[in-house]
Amino acid sequence: MIHVGLIIGIAVIAILVIYAIVTYNSLIKFRNWIQEAWSQIDVQLKRRHDLIPNLVNTVKGYATHEKETLEKVIQARSQLVSGSAQDRIDADNEIQQTLKSIFALAESYPDLKANQNFLSLQEELTSTENKVAYSRQLYNKTVAEYNIKRETFPTIILANMMNFKRQEQLEIPEAEREVPTVEF
Amino acid sequence: MLYKQIQTNKRKTMLLLSFFTLIVVGVGWAIGYLVNNDSLTGIIIALVILAFYLPITYLSATSQVLSMSGAKEVTREEYPQLYAVVEELCIASRLPMPKIYVINDPSPNAFATGLKPEKGVVAFTTGLLETLNREELAGVAAHELAHIRNYDIRLMTICIALVGVIAILADFGTRMMFGRRRGNQKSHPALLIIALVFVILLPFVSRFVHLAVSRNREYLADATAVEFTRNPTGLINALEKISADPRDVKKAKSATAAMYIDRPTGRKSKKRSSWFATHPPMENRIERLQNM
Repeated sequence: MIHVGLIIGIAVIAILVIYAIVTYNSLIKFRNWIQEAWSQIDVQLKRRHDLIPNLVNTVKGYATHEKETLEKVIQARSQLVSGSAQDRIDADNEIQQTLKSIFALAESYPDLKANQNFLSLQEELTSTENKVAYSRQLYNKTVAEYNIKRETFPTIILANMMNFKRQEQLEIPEAEREVPTVEF
Repeated sequence: MLYKQIQTNKRKTMLLLSFFTLIVVGVGWAIGYLVNNDSLTGIIIALVILAFYLPITYLSATSQVLSMSGAKEVTREEYPQLYAVVEELCIASRLPMPKIYVINDPSPNAFATGLKPEKGVVAFTTGLLETLNREELAGVAAHELAHIRNYDIRLMTICIALVGVIAILADFGTRMMFGRRRGNQKSHPALLIIALVFVILLPFVSRFVHLAVSRNREYLADATAVEFTRNPTGLINALEKISADPRDVKKAKSATAAMYIDRPTGRKSKKRSSWFATHPPMENRIERLQNM
Protein backbone atom coordinates (compact mmCIF):
# COMPACT_ATOMS: atom_id res chain seq x y z
CA MET A 1 0.00 0.00 0.00
CA ILE A 2 2.94 2.29 0.56
CA HIS A 3 3.71 1.90 -3.10
CA VAL A 4 0.28 3.14 -4.17
CA GLY A 5 0.60 6.18 -1.91
CA LEU A 6 4.07 6.88 -3.23
CA ILE A 7 2.94 6.64 -6.85
CA ILE A 8 -0.01 8.96 -6.24
CA GLY A 9 2.29 11.40 -4.45
CA ILE A 10 4.79 11.43 -7.28
CA ALA A 11 2.00 11.80 -9.83
CA VAL A 12 0.51 14.80 -8.00
CA ILE A 13 3.91 16.49 -7.76
CA ALA A 14 4.60 15.78 -11.42
CA ILE A 15 1.26 17.29 -12.45
CA LEU A 16 1.91 20.39 -10.34
CA VAL A 17 5.39 20.84 -11.79
CA ILE A 18 4.11 20.43 -15.35
CA TYR A 19 1.29 22.88 -14.65
CA ALA A 20 3.75 25.43 -13.26
CA ILE A 21 6.02 25.10 -16.28
CA VAL A 22 3.16 25.47 -18.77
CA THR A 23 1.75 28.50 -16.97
CA TYR A 24 5.14 30.15 -16.64
CA ASN A 25 5.89 29.63 -20.32
CA SER A 26 2.58 31.02 -21.47
CA LEU A 27 2.98 34.12 -19.27
CA ILE A 28 6.45 34.63 -20.73
CA LYS A 29 5.02 34.21 -24.22
CA PHE A 30 2.44 36.91 -23.55
CA ARG A 31 5.02 39.24 -22.06
CA ASN A 32 7.14 38.91 -25.18
CA TRP A 33 4.15 39.48 -27.41
CA ILE A 34 3.38 42.70 -25.55
CA GLN A 35 6.98 43.82 -26.02
CA GLU A 36 6.87 42.89 -29.68
CA ALA A 37 3.62 44.79 -30.17
CA TRP A 38 5.13 47.87 -28.58
CA SER A 39 8.26 47.69 -30.71
CA GLN A 40 5.97 47.56 -33.75
CA ILE A 41 4.41 50.84 -32.65
CA ASP A 42 7.88 52.20 -32.01
CA VAL A 43 9.08 51.33 -35.50
CA GLN A 44 6.06 53.01 -37.10
CA LEU A 45 6.32 56.18 -34.99
CA LYS A 46 9.98 56.51 -36.03
CA ARG A 47 8.98 55.97 -39.64
CA ARG A 48 6.43 58.78 -39.31
CA HIS A 49 9.06 60.97 -37.70
CA ASP A 50 11.35 60.40 -40.70
CA LEU A 51 8.70 60.93 -43.35
CA ILE A 52 7.36 64.23 -42.07
CA PRO A 53 10.30 66.50 -43.16
CA ASN A 54 9.93 65.16 -46.73
CA LEU A 55 6.23 65.94 -46.69
CA VAL A 56 6.80 69.42 -45.31
CA ASN A 57 9.43 70.13 -47.97
CA THR A 58 7.15 68.97 -50.74
CA VAL A 59 4.18 70.95 -49.51
CA LYS A 60 6.23 74.10 -48.76
CA GLY A 61 6.90 74.77 -52.42
CA TYR A 62 3.22 74.82 -53.28
CA ALA A 63 1.44 76.14 -50.24
CA THR A 64 3.47 78.98 -48.78
CA HIS A 65 0.50 80.39 -46.89
CA GLU A 66 0.10 77.32 -44.73
CA LYS A 67 3.21 77.96 -42.60
CA GLU A 68 1.30 77.59 -39.35
CA THR A 69 0.00 74.10 -40.13
CA LEU A 70 3.43 72.96 -41.23
CA GLU A 71 5.11 74.34 -38.13
CA LYS A 72 2.63 72.51 -35.94
CA VAL A 73 3.55 69.21 -37.56
CA ILE A 74 7.26 69.87 -37.14
CA GLN A 75 6.76 70.70 -33.47
CA ALA A 76 4.74 67.60 -32.68
CA ARG A 77 7.16 65.49 -34.70
CA SER A 78 9.99 65.52 -32.17
CA GLN A 79 7.58 64.15 -29.54
CA LEU A 80 7.15 61.01 -31.63
CA VAL A 81 10.53 59.61 -30.62
CA SER A 82 10.87 60.86 -27.05
CA GLY A 83 8.86 60.76 -23.85
CA SER A 84 6.73 58.05 -22.28
CA ALA A 85 4.69 55.60 -24.31
CA GLN A 86 1.47 57.49 -23.70
CA ASP A 87 3.15 60.86 -24.57
CA ARG A 88 4.30 59.50 -27.89
CA ILE A 89 0.90 58.08 -28.69
CA ASP A 90 -0.64 61.46 -27.85
CA ALA A 91 1.85 63.23 -30.13
CA ASP A 92 0.92 60.81 -32.87
CA ASN A 93 -2.77 61.60 -32.44
CA GLU A 94 -2.00 65.30 -32.72
CA ILE A 95 0.06 64.77 -35.87
CA GLN A 96 -2.69 62.68 -37.37
CA GLN A 97 -5.11 65.60 -37.08
CA THR A 98 -2.66 68.05 -38.67
CA LEU A 99 -1.77 65.65 -41.46
CA LYS A 100 -5.44 65.34 -42.29
CA SER A 101 -5.61 69.08 -42.83
CA ILE A 102 -2.46 68.99 -44.98
CA PHE A 103 -3.95 66.25 -47.15
CA ALA A 104 -7.20 68.22 -47.39
CA LEU A 105 -5.11 71.24 -48.39
CA ALA A 106 -3.98 69.45 -51.52
CA GLU A 107 -7.53 69.79 -52.83
CA SER A 108 -7.07 73.54 -53.27
CA TYR A 109 -3.63 73.21 -54.91
CA PRO A 110 -4.08 71.17 -58.12
CA ASP A 111 -0.32 71.16 -58.79
CA LEU A 112 0.37 69.68 -55.39
CA LYS A 113 -2.37 67.11 -55.84
CA ALA A 114 -0.76 65.99 -59.09
CA ASN A 115 2.73 65.83 -57.60
CA GLN A 116 3.91 62.19 -57.68
CA ASN A 117 6.18 62.69 -54.71
CA PHE A 118 3.33 64.11 -52.65
CA LEU A 119 1.04 61.25 -53.60
CA SER A 120 3.48 58.55 -52.63
CA LEU A 121 4.24 60.37 -49.36
CA GLN A 122 0.53 60.58 -48.68
CA GLU A 123 0.14 56.83 -49.25
CA GLU A 124 3.14 56.08 -47.03
CA LEU A 125 1.94 58.30 -44.22
CA THR A 126 -1.57 56.87 -44.44
CA SER A 127 -0.16 53.37 -44.30
CA THR A 128 2.10 54.25 -41.38
CA GLU A 129 -0.86 55.71 -39.52
CA ASN A 130 -2.88 52.57 -40.13
CA LYS A 131 0.04 50.49 -38.95
CA VAL A 132 0.23 52.52 -35.75
CA ALA A 133 -3.51 52.03 -35.26
CA TYR A 134 -3.34 48.29 -35.89
CA SER A 135 -0.27 47.84 -33.69
CA ARG A 136 -2.03 49.75 -30.95
CA GLN A 137 -5.05 47.52 -31.37
CA LEU A 138 -2.85 44.43 -31.22
CA TYR A 139 -1.00 45.82 -28.20
CA ASN A 140 -4.21 46.42 -26.29
CA LYS A 141 -5.64 43.06 -27.27
CA THR A 142 -2.49 41.27 -26.15
CA VAL A 143 -2.37 43.23 -22.88
CA ALA A 144 -6.02 42.36 -22.21
CA GLU A 145 -5.41 38.67 -22.84
CA TYR A 146 -2.30 38.74 -20.66
CA ASN A 147 -4.13 40.46 -17.82
CA ILE A 148 -7.06 38.07 -18.01
CA LYS A 149 -4.71 35.12 -17.89
CA ARG A 150 -2.63 36.64 -15.10
CA GLU A 151 -5.57 37.50 -12.91
CA THR A 152 -7.68 34.38 -13.17
CA PHE A 153 -7.44 31.55 -10.70
CA PRO A 154 -5.20 29.58 -10.34
CA THR A 155 -2.69 31.40 -12.55
CA ILE A 156 -2.76 34.41 -10.23
CA ILE A 157 -1.04 32.44 -7.46
CA LEU A 158 1.89 31.60 -9.68
CA ALA A 159 1.91 35.03 -11.33
CA ASN A 160 2.22 36.76 -7.96
CA MET A 161 4.89 34.35 -6.80
CA MET A 162 6.95 34.95 -9.93
CA ASN A 163 6.33 38.68 -9.99
CA PHE A 164 4.37 39.03 -13.22
CA LYS A 165 2.96 42.57 -13.08
CA ARG A 166 -0.31 43.84 -14.47
CA GLN A 167 0.19 45.72 -17.77
CA GLU A 168 -1.65 48.86 -18.79
CA GLN A 169 -3.41 49.44 -22.09
CA LEU A 170 -2.73 52.46 -24.27
CA GLU A 171 -5.49 54.99 -24.05
CA ILE A 172 -7.04 56.54 -27.10
CA PRO A 173 -8.97 59.81 -27.02
CA GLU A 174 -12.70 59.37 -27.56
CA ALA A 175 -12.79 61.01 -31.00
CA GLU A 176 -10.03 58.74 -32.32
CA ARG A 177 -11.82 55.47 -31.80
CA GLU A 178 -12.51 54.96 -35.46
CA VAL A 179 -9.78 54.00 -37.90
CA PRO A 180 -9.35 56.94 -40.26
CA THR A 181 -10.64 56.26 -43.72
CA VAL A 182 -8.84 58.00 -46.52
CA GLU A 183 -10.39 58.12 -49.95
CA PHE A 184 -8.30 58.59 -53.07
CA MET B 1 -10.99 33.79 -28.39
CA LEU B 2 -8.40 34.11 -31.08
CA TYR B 3 -6.55 30.94 -30.20
CA LYS B 4 -9.68 28.99 -29.34
CA GLN B 5 -10.94 29.52 -32.89
CA ILE B 6 -7.79 27.98 -34.32
CA GLN B 7 -8.11 25.09 -31.90
CA THR B 8 -11.70 24.34 -32.91
CA ASN B 9 -10.73 24.57 -36.54
CA LYS B 10 -7.93 22.08 -36.11
CA ARG B 11 -10.29 19.77 -34.24
CA LYS B 12 -12.86 20.09 -37.01
CA THR B 13 -10.18 19.14 -39.52
CA MET B 14 -9.53 15.93 -37.61
CA LEU B 15 -13.25 15.20 -37.32
CA LEU B 16 -13.79 15.82 -41.01
CA LEU B 17 -10.82 13.64 -41.87
CA SER B 18 -12.22 10.75 -39.83
CA PHE B 19 -15.69 11.26 -41.30
CA PHE B 20 -14.38 11.20 -44.86
CA THR B 21 -12.16 8.21 -44.11
CA LEU B 22 -15.26 6.37 -42.95
CA ILE B 23 -17.00 7.27 -46.20
CA VAL B 24 -13.99 6.04 -48.16
CA VAL B 25 -14.04 2.77 -46.23
CA GLY B 26 -17.79 2.55 -46.85
CA VAL B 27 -17.42 3.01 -50.58
CA GLY B 28 -14.52 0.54 -50.62
CA TRP B 29 -16.58 -2.03 -48.79
CA ALA B 30 -19.55 -1.49 -51.13
CA ILE B 31 -17.44 -1.87 -54.26
CA GLY B 32 -15.70 -4.98 -52.97
CA TYR B 33 -19.03 -6.46 -52.06
CA LEU B 34 -20.74 -5.64 -55.32
CA VAL B 35 -17.91 -6.67 -57.59
CA ASN B 36 -16.32 -9.59 -55.85
CA ASN B 37 -18.56 -10.49 -52.94
CA ASP B 38 -15.48 -9.80 -50.85
CA SER B 39 -15.61 -6.63 -48.75
CA LEU B 40 -12.03 -6.71 -47.45
CA THR B 41 -10.28 -6.28 -50.82
CA GLY B 42 -12.38 -3.23 -51.61
CA ILE B 43 -11.58 -1.57 -48.31
CA ILE B 44 -7.86 -2.26 -48.75
CA ILE B 45 -7.84 -0.88 -52.30
CA ALA B 46 -9.75 2.21 -51.12
CA LEU B 47 -7.31 2.85 -48.27
CA VAL B 48 -4.29 2.39 -50.54
CA ILE B 49 -5.68 4.96 -53.01
CA LEU B 50 -6.40 7.28 -50.09
CA ALA B 51 -2.87 6.86 -48.72
CA PHE B 52 -1.36 7.98 -52.03
CA TYR B 53 -3.85 10.50 -53.32
CA LEU B 54 -4.28 12.50 -50.12
CA PRO B 55 -0.63 13.44 -49.45
CA ILE B 56 0.03 14.16 -53.13
CA THR B 57 -2.92 16.54 -53.41
CA TYR B 58 -2.11 18.06 -50.05
CA LEU B 59 1.48 18.84 -50.90
CA SER B 60 0.92 20.09 -54.43
CA ALA B 61 -2.28 22.04 -53.74
CA THR B 62 -0.80 25.53 -53.36
CA SER B 63 1.33 25.48 -56.49
CA GLN B 64 -1.47 23.85 -58.47
CA VAL B 65 -4.03 26.43 -57.44
CA LEU B 66 -1.68 29.26 -58.29
CA SER B 67 -0.73 27.93 -61.71
CA MET B 68 -4.33 26.99 -62.55
CA SER B 69 -5.59 30.47 -61.74
CA GLY B 70 -2.89 32.19 -63.82
CA ALA B 71 -1.70 34.25 -60.86
CA LYS B 72 1.70 36.01 -61.01
CA GLU B 73 3.77 37.14 -58.05
CA VAL B 74 4.20 40.93 -57.98
CA THR B 75 6.71 43.25 -56.33
CA ARG B 76 6.26 46.13 -53.94
CA GLU B 77 7.34 48.59 -56.65
CA GLU B 78 4.53 47.48 -58.97
CA TYR B 79 1.77 47.61 -56.34
CA PRO B 80 2.89 49.83 -53.44
CA GLN B 81 -0.60 50.42 -52.05
CA LEU B 82 -1.57 46.74 -52.15
CA TYR B 83 1.63 45.87 -50.30
CA ALA B 84 1.01 48.60 -47.73
CA VAL B 85 -2.57 47.42 -47.10
CA VAL B 86 -1.56 43.77 -46.64
CA GLU B 87 1.35 44.78 -44.40
CA GLU B 88 -0.97 46.80 -42.17
CA LEU B 89 -3.32 43.86 -41.76
CA CYS B 90 -0.47 41.48 -41.01
CA ILE B 91 0.29 43.68 -38.03
CA ALA B 92 -3.34 43.58 -36.89
CA SER B 93 -3.54 39.80 -37.25
CA ARG B 94 0.01 38.95 -36.13
CA LEU B 95 0.59 36.94 -39.30
CA PRO B 96 3.81 36.74 -41.30
CA MET B 97 3.75 38.72 -44.54
CA PRO B 98 2.26 36.48 -47.28
CA LYS B 99 3.38 36.48 -50.89
CA ILE B 100 1.23 38.70 -53.08
CA TYR B 101 -0.04 37.48 -56.44
CA VAL B 102 -2.11 39.29 -59.05
CA ILE B 103 -4.42 37.68 -61.63
CA ASN B 104 -4.90 39.60 -64.85
CA ASP B 105 -8.71 39.48 -65.05
CA PRO B 106 -11.37 42.23 -65.12
CA SER B 107 -13.77 40.39 -62.80
CA PRO B 108 -13.22 41.55 -59.19
CA ASN B 109 -12.27 38.61 -56.98
CA ALA B 110 -9.54 37.35 -54.64
CA PHE B 111 -8.38 34.19 -52.92
CA ALA B 112 -5.83 32.97 -50.41
CA THR B 113 -3.83 29.76 -50.31
CA GLY B 114 -0.98 28.18 -48.35
CA LEU B 115 -1.35 25.33 -45.88
CA LYS B 116 0.13 27.27 -42.98
CA PRO B 117 0.59 30.97 -42.21
CA GLU B 118 4.34 30.93 -42.98
CA LYS B 119 3.55 29.82 -46.54
CA GLY B 120 0.56 32.08 -47.08
CA VAL B 121 -0.27 33.52 -50.48
CA VAL B 122 -2.95 36.10 -51.26
CA ALA B 123 -4.08 36.69 -54.84
CA PHE B 124 -6.15 39.57 -56.21
CA THR B 125 -7.55 40.14 -59.69
CA THR B 126 -6.63 43.34 -61.50
CA GLY B 127 -10.36 44.01 -61.72
CA LEU B 128 -10.58 44.03 -57.94
CA LEU B 129 -7.66 46.44 -57.59
CA GLU B 130 -9.25 48.83 -60.06
CA THR B 131 -12.78 48.71 -58.60
CA LEU B 132 -12.13 49.03 -54.88
CA ASN B 133 -10.86 51.97 -52.85
CA ARG B 134 -8.29 51.61 -50.09
CA GLU B 135 -10.78 50.89 -47.31
CA GLU B 136 -12.61 48.23 -49.32
CA LEU B 137 -9.35 46.63 -50.41
CA ALA B 138 -8.36 46.40 -46.75
CA GLY B 139 -11.64 44.56 -46.06
CA VAL B 140 -10.96 42.00 -48.78
CA ALA B 141 -7.31 41.55 -47.76
CA ALA B 142 -8.44 41.03 -44.15
CA HIS B 143 -10.92 38.37 -45.30
CA GLU B 144 -8.15 36.50 -47.13
CA LEU B 145 -5.72 36.77 -44.22
CA ALA B 146 -8.52 35.46 -42.00
CA HIS B 147 -8.67 32.30 -44.13
CA ILE B 148 -4.93 31.89 -43.63
CA ARG B 149 -5.00 32.50 -39.89
CA ASN B 150 -7.99 30.21 -39.33
CA TYR B 151 -6.26 27.35 -41.20
CA ASP B 152 -9.25 27.24 -43.57
CA ILE B 153 -7.06 26.42 -46.54
CA ARG B 154 -5.69 23.30 -44.92
CA LEU B 155 -9.24 22.23 -44.12
CA MET B 156 -10.53 22.93 -47.62
CA THR B 157 -7.55 21.26 -49.30
CA ILE B 158 -8.13 18.07 -47.34
CA CYS B 159 -11.82 18.29 -48.20
CA ILE B 160 -11.09 18.67 -51.91
CA ALA B 161 -8.64 15.76 -51.85
CA LEU B 162 -11.10 13.49 -50.04
CA VAL B 163 -13.99 14.38 -52.31
CA GLY B 164 -11.65 13.54 -55.19
CA VAL B 165 -10.77 10.11 -53.73
CA ILE B 166 -14.42 9.27 -53.17
CA ALA B 167 -15.36 10.37 -56.69
CA ILE B 168 -12.58 8.21 -58.17
CA LEU B 169 -13.63 5.18 -56.12
CA ALA B 170 -17.31 5.55 -56.94
CA ASP B 171 -16.55 5.96 -60.62
CA PHE B 172 -14.32 2.90 -60.52
CA GLY B 173 -17.03 0.96 -58.67
CA THR B 174 -19.83 1.72 -61.12
CA ARG B 175 -17.63 0.81 -64.08
CA MET B 176 -16.71 -2.53 -62.51
CA MET B 177 -20.34 -3.30 -61.73
CA PHE B 178 -21.55 -2.71 -65.23
CA GLY B 179 -18.45 -4.00 -66.95
CA ARG B 180 -18.58 -7.53 -65.62
CA ARG B 181 -21.35 -9.94 -64.67
CA ARG B 182 -21.38 -10.82 -61.04
CA GLY B 183 -21.61 -14.42 -59.89
CA ASN B 184 -22.38 -13.69 -56.30
CA GLN B 185 -25.58 -15.61 -55.63
CA LYS B 186 -24.59 -15.99 -52.02
CA SER B 187 -24.75 -12.28 -51.22
CA HIS B 188 -27.58 -11.02 -49.12
CA PRO B 189 -30.06 -8.88 -51.12
CA ALA B 190 -30.42 -6.26 -48.38
CA LEU B 191 -26.65 -5.83 -48.16
CA LEU B 192 -26.52 -5.63 -51.93
CA ILE B 193 -28.96 -2.75 -51.95
CA ILE B 194 -27.11 -0.97 -49.17
CA ALA B 195 -23.86 -1.36 -51.11
CA LEU B 196 -25.46 0.03 -54.26
CA VAL B 197 -26.88 3.01 -52.38
CA PHE B 198 -23.42 3.64 -50.88
CA VAL B 199 -21.68 3.77 -54.23
CA ILE B 200 -24.30 6.01 -55.77
CA LEU B 201 -25.02 8.31 -52.85
CA LEU B 202 -21.71 8.80 -51.02
CA PRO B 203 -20.04 10.94 -53.71
CA PHE B 204 -22.96 13.36 -53.36
CA VAL B 205 -22.80 13.26 -49.57
CA SER B 206 -19.09 14.04 -49.59
CA ARG B 207 -19.50 16.89 -52.05
CA PHE B 208 -22.37 18.27 -50.00
CA VAL B 209 -20.34 18.18 -46.78
CA HIS B 210 -17.41 19.86 -48.49
CA LEU B 211 -19.54 22.74 -49.76
CA ALA B 212 -21.40 23.15 -46.48
CA VAL B 213 -18.05 23.49 -44.72
CA SER B 214 -16.89 25.93 -47.39
CA ARG B 215 -19.95 28.18 -46.96
CA ASN B 216 -19.51 28.16 -43.21
CA ARG B 217 -15.86 29.18 -43.54
CA GLU B 218 -16.85 32.26 -45.56
CA TYR B 219 -19.02 33.60 -42.74
CA LEU B 220 -16.25 32.96 -40.27
CA ALA B 221 -13.64 34.67 -42.44
CA ASP B 222 -15.92 37.72 -42.78
CA ALA B 223 -16.23 37.89 -39.00
CA THR B 224 -12.50 37.47 -38.48
CA ALA B 225 -11.81 40.17 -41.06
CA VAL B 226 -13.84 42.62 -38.99
CA GLU B 227 -11.93 41.54 -35.90
CA PHE B 228 -8.75 42.66 -37.73
CA THR B 229 -9.96 45.91 -39.28
CA ARG B 230 -12.56 46.89 -36.65
CA ASN B 231 -14.47 48.31 -39.58
CA PRO B 232 -17.20 46.26 -41.27
CA THR B 233 -18.05 49.06 -43.74
CA GLY B 234 -15.03 48.45 -45.97
CA LEU B 235 -15.80 44.76 -46.39
CA ILE B 236 -19.55 45.38 -46.84
CA ASN B 237 -18.94 47.90 -49.64
CA ALA B 238 -16.36 45.60 -51.23
CA LEU B 239 -18.74 42.62 -51.17
CA GLU B 240 -21.49 44.75 -52.69
CA LYS B 241 -19.21 45.87 -55.51
CA ILE B 242 -17.91 42.33 -56.09
CA SER B 243 -21.37 40.75 -56.21
CA ALA B 244 -22.68 43.47 -58.53
CA ASP B 245 -20.18 42.46 -61.22
CA PRO B 246 -21.66 39.76 -63.51
CA ARG B 247 -18.35 38.75 -65.13
CA ASP B 248 -16.71 35.38 -64.44
CA VAL B 249 -13.06 34.94 -63.54
CA LYS B 250 -11.87 33.33 -66.77
CA LYS B 251 -9.33 30.91 -65.38
CA ALA B 252 -11.33 29.82 -62.30
CA LYS B 253 -12.19 26.11 -62.25
CA SER B 254 -14.86 24.33 -60.28
CA ALA B 255 -12.14 22.71 -58.16
CA THR B 256 -10.81 26.10 -57.05
CA ALA B 257 -14.09 28.04 -57.05
CA ALA B 258 -14.66 27.54 -53.32
CA MET B 259 -11.46 29.42 -52.51
CA TYR B 260 -12.45 32.80 -53.94
CA ILE B 261 -14.06 35.53 -51.83
CA ASP B 262 -17.21 35.25 -53.93
CA ARG B 263 -18.12 32.58 -56.46
CA PRO B 264 -15.98 33.18 -59.55
CA THR B 265 -18.00 31.13 -62.06
CA GLY B 266 -21.62 31.02 -63.17
CA ARG B 267 -22.13 34.58 -61.95
CA LYS B 268 -24.80 35.42 -64.50
CA SER B 269 -27.27 32.82 -63.25
CA LYS B 270 -29.80 34.10 -60.73
CA LYS B 271 -29.77 31.12 -58.37
CA ARG B 272 -27.57 32.17 -55.52
CA SER B 273 -28.30 29.81 -52.66
CA SER B 274 -28.48 26.05 -52.88
CA TRP B 275 -27.16 22.98 -51.15
CA PHE B 276 -24.42 22.76 -53.71
CA ALA B 277 -23.36 26.41 -53.76
CA THR B 278 -19.72 27.15 -52.96
CA HIS B 279 -20.56 30.45 -51.27
CA PRO B 280 -23.41 31.63 -49.05
CA PRO B 281 -25.76 34.17 -50.63
CA MET B 282 -24.21 37.64 -50.60
CA GLU B 283 -27.27 39.20 -48.92
CA ASN B 284 -26.80 36.89 -45.92
CA ARG B 285 -23.12 37.73 -45.63
CA ILE B 286 -23.77 41.45 -45.81
CA GLU B 287 -26.62 41.19 -43.32
CA ARG B 288 -24.39 39.38 -40.82
CA LEU B 289 -21.68 42.01 -41.27
CA GLN B 290 -24.17 44.82 -40.73
CA ASN B 291 -25.28 43.24 -37.46
CA MET B 292 -21.75 43.24 -36.04
